[in-house]
Amino acid sequence: MREYIGHIGHLSVIISFVAAVFATVAYFLAAQNEEKDLESSKSWKNFARIAFGIHAFSVFLIVFSLFNIIYNHYYEFHYAWNHSSNHLPVYYMISCFWEGQEGSFLLWIFWHVMLGAILMFTNPKWENRIMTIFLGVQIFLTSMILGVVLGDFKLGSSPFILMKEVMYNAPIFQSNPNFIPEDGTGLNPLLQNYWMVIHPPTLFLGFAFTLIPFAYAIAGFWKKDFTNWVKPALPWTIVGAMVLGVGILMGGYWAYETLNFGGYWNWDPVENAVFVPWLVMIGAIHIMILGKKTSTVIKWSFILTVTTFLLILYSTFLTRSGVLGEASVHSFTDLGLSGQLLVYLLAFVILTIVLAFVRWKNVPGEESTGSMYSKDFWIFIGIAVLGIASFQVIVGTSIPVFNKITAALGFSGKMAPPANQILYYSKFQVWTGALIALCGSIAQYIWWNKFNKENKDQIISKFFMLFVPILIISGVAIFFINKDYDMFTQMTKSMIGAEEDAVKYGLISKLLAYTLLMTSCIFSLVIAVIVLKSVLKQGIKLSGGAITHIGVALMLLGILFSSGYDKVVSINYSGLIYNKEFPAAMNVENVLLWRRESVKMEEYTLKYEEPCYEVLGFSSYIPKSKLLVLFDNHKAIAKTNILHKGQTFYKQGDTLDIVPENTYYKVRYIHNVSKDTFYLYPRAQVNPQMGFLASPDISRNLSRDLYTHVSSVPDPNQPIEWNDTTRIKIGINDTVFFNDYVGIFRGVKQVENVDGIPMKKTDIAIQAYFTIFGKDNEQFVMNPTLLIRNNQGLSGPVFLDDIGMKISFVNIDTEQNKFIFETSSTQLDYIILKAVSKPMINLLWIGTLVLVIGFSLSSVRRYQEFKQNR
Amino acid sequence: MKKSHIIAIILLAIAAAIIFSTGEEASEYVDFATAKEMAKNGKTNNIHVVGTLPKDAQGNILGMKYQPTVNPNYFEFELIDEKGLKETAYFFNPKPADLDKSEKVVIIGGYQKGKFIVSEVLLKCPSKYEETEVK
Repeated sequence: MREYIGHIGHLSVIISFVAAVFATVAYFLAAQNEEKDLESSKSWKNFARIAFGIHAFSVFLIVFSLFNIIYNHYYEFHYAWNHSSNHLPVYYMISCFWEGQEGSFLLWIFWHVMLGAILMFTNPKWENRIMTIFLGVQIFLTSMILGVVLGDFKLGSSPFILMKEVMYNAPIFQSNPNFIPEDGTGLNPLLQNYWMVIHPPTLFLGFAFTLIPFAYAIAGFWKKDFTNWVKPALPWTIVGAMVLGVGILMGGYWAYETLNFGGYWNWDPVENAVFVPWLVMIGAIHIMILGKKTSTVIKWSFILTVTTFLLILYSTFLTRSGVLGEASVHSFTDLGLSGQLLVYLLAFVILTIVLAFVRWKNVPGEESTGSMYSKDFWIFIGIAVLGIASFQVIVGTSIPVFNKITAALGFSGKMAPPANQILYYSKFQVWTGALIALCGSIAQYIWWNKFNKENKDQIISKFFMLFVPILIISGVAIFFINKDYDMFTQMTKSMIGAEEDAVKYGLISKLLAYTLLMTSCIFSLVIAVIVLKSVLKQGIKLSGGAITHIGVALMLLGILFSSGYDKVVSINYSGLIYNKEFPAAMNVENVLLWRRESVKMEEYTLKYEEPCYEVLGFSSYIPKSKLLVLFDNHKAIAKTNILHKGQTFYKQGDTLDIVPENTYYKVRYIHNVSKDTFYLYPRAQVNPQMGFLASPDISRNLSRDLYTHVSSVPDPNQPIEWNDTTRIKIGINDTVFFNDYVGIFRGVKQVENVDGIPMKKTDIAIQAYFTIFGKDNEQFVMNPTLLIRNNQGLSGPVFLDDIGMKISFVNIDTEQNKFIFETSSTQLDYIILKAVSKPMINLLWIGTLVLVIGFSLSSVRRYQEFKQNR
Repeated sequence: MKKSHIIAIILLAIAAAIIFSTGEEASEYVDFATAKEMAKNGKTNNIHVVGTLPKDAQGNILGMKYQPTVNPNYFEFELIDEKGLKETAYFFNPKPADLDKSEKVVIIGGYQKGKFIVSEVLLKCPSKYEETEVK
């Protein structure tokens, strides 16, 4: 079976590709003959269905084969070796599946098959045309994993390629072609997070959903049925926007929890590339719900719907072709498919444009955007702002593409993306966000008041009576919050004598933008709640829109405060200023924590206690000092009984399963006033392939999150440098000084066994007992042991990392009744830590949940409307 | 003139403004010599320089200075730009921990009083996928 599984997989890819080609052609002919020759249309359709069935079945076989290879650790396959390893739990094996590009294409293909099948059954009327487009896209996607090489021409990259085919140059394969590695190189440690198990499938499901409205729009224009495609497409567009939005936010949440750039959104090209189609998709939904048959609405429904899908293709091109190169922190793999991706992208864009061009004049209805006092008008304006927001992001993100184009035309092509990308995007998007929220609430307000000529003046004045107080309250609130915030940031700067940071951007424009955003959000919330109350009288069915808008307003508020007013609280005041000539503001955002030493930070007192391991099946972390790691470094033995919340979880000598690559730094936080105590465990991993990777730990509170990560630790690969050994001769109860610490030698006792040395009958083991006082009123115990065998002393050092010293019990001076020890010290352990406070971030997550509920209700309603009309 | 035309004109104007301002804010990949020239013209920040770290025969990186126990927010290192010119760069942050692994480094910053002050370091690490070593 083992040898064949790859052949089965690869063969299935080829079959699925060929079947997709056949099905596309057959569905196309079925569609073209629908009116002319029903008989032939029907037979083409039957043929196409069989081809689609074969396609679907072979896609399942590909998935099955690839998962088998990963699950069974068949490391002769490059994909398994490159993306998984023996110690990986099953749920992360699922992540391995889509860690590579081939697997993620496969995931996307799989979702298309599922959605295509659902569409076939729910809307047979449109089957021929929609499935032509669906399967046309499947041709493109399956060809990406085809792995056919003809001379220099490469079509796709197969996930079933063998190690010896990829690494034919490696000496091991030249001496032994049948060599199979014993372990894989593992899954990227940053992806070993539960969000990474569900984020990619969700995102790709979102990608797949954008194909449905695209297929309907193209089918409608192809069929010259310009209006009837909207109704069936709408529920899918809403579900798609929900899934894609949730997928994007899961990515953001993962980044917040796992990466250390300090937030959920970094305006990185990867994020932008999927954010833009989502924005456009939101625009498409709003124009589709107008349900008007004017040509303006029809044309814009078409434009926005097809643009959504084409932007998804563009984002695929951006992230997978290697074109982003230096522009992104993410590592992208260039599988040599960029040419293929570009061809497909251009093919879809050109086909769509040609179709639109041919049909444009036939679009019925008159042009109209509605009057100023209609909700349609404000929806149009809102969509225009969405368009502007998308445009700004896509222009900034596409700079590397412009470089490639200008370079191809013979110019220099040396343009770099904006140096501070967060600032570049945020300072613009804060305005568009505010305006979109405002347009949304005005449209809702007009719709709620059933605007007409008679009540016009009354309703306008009512609008301002509601709007102006909210504006004033928000303005005052922002003014004071901002003042407080600026005071904090300036205080920290002046305390270390550094010059003030360059003002982020003009104070006035910041205050205005934030005020407008806050006003729009609150106004939108108020309107949405009022609307919700009135529609709830007619049942929950119609409430989707209002609930979604509440969600969006909450999210925007959460973003405003958590990103606009996040502040670094780990300010280091003690840093030595190297050179007074340095003109720039010195950065002081990282603080040094010596092990076991308290440091004040904002309203907390922090103490780095010790490094810990994560233990499988245990809810907390266990200090490294309590564990003895075995040769198989995924197992460790408990040196003492391990207590947690008053219960003994592990007894001395128990074997535990640990995750050896991660170190968790136990940091204690005590609130200076309330004395509330909690622990955070920021994580770091020194990965042989990727270097040092730090992940934060977050203290979550209702009003704000305290986000903490280590930015540097002593290099664990460096050998420890011990200072010269000191020999001391002391008596019982003598006080000893170890560097900065004071200790007392309490005495000795005879013991029955010594760690690591088998005892003989005539041996005598004597253990000394030291108490050492730490800097923070802590006491530590050290027990160096001396083994006497045939009048010879045997001893090894005991270590106390808490104060960076070691001690060995060397001899006993029986005449003077004194004991001789050797001590040595080393650099004390430390961590460098950064902590950021993120106010109101929970509003973002709560808003997201509300949004999901709203979208779900809307899509159900629209689907029912479609069914009634069918 | 119809209302939709007015809106269209406004949108085009905003789009043009976006393109223009992006062009303004976009930085440029340059070498140290050019960056120095730019500093004379008042451009002292947001310049991208691409380079590599100087290494000895064993592959150890030379010229790095980071003493976290003295000041965790001060890191000094050398970079050789694409023209081969070596320059010392100053970064007021902890040393990026995976710096040692990176083949190519992009620094963003500029000359201030003759010193290259870095505001951000972008690392291009050898991709996990490109390794060719089999054990």
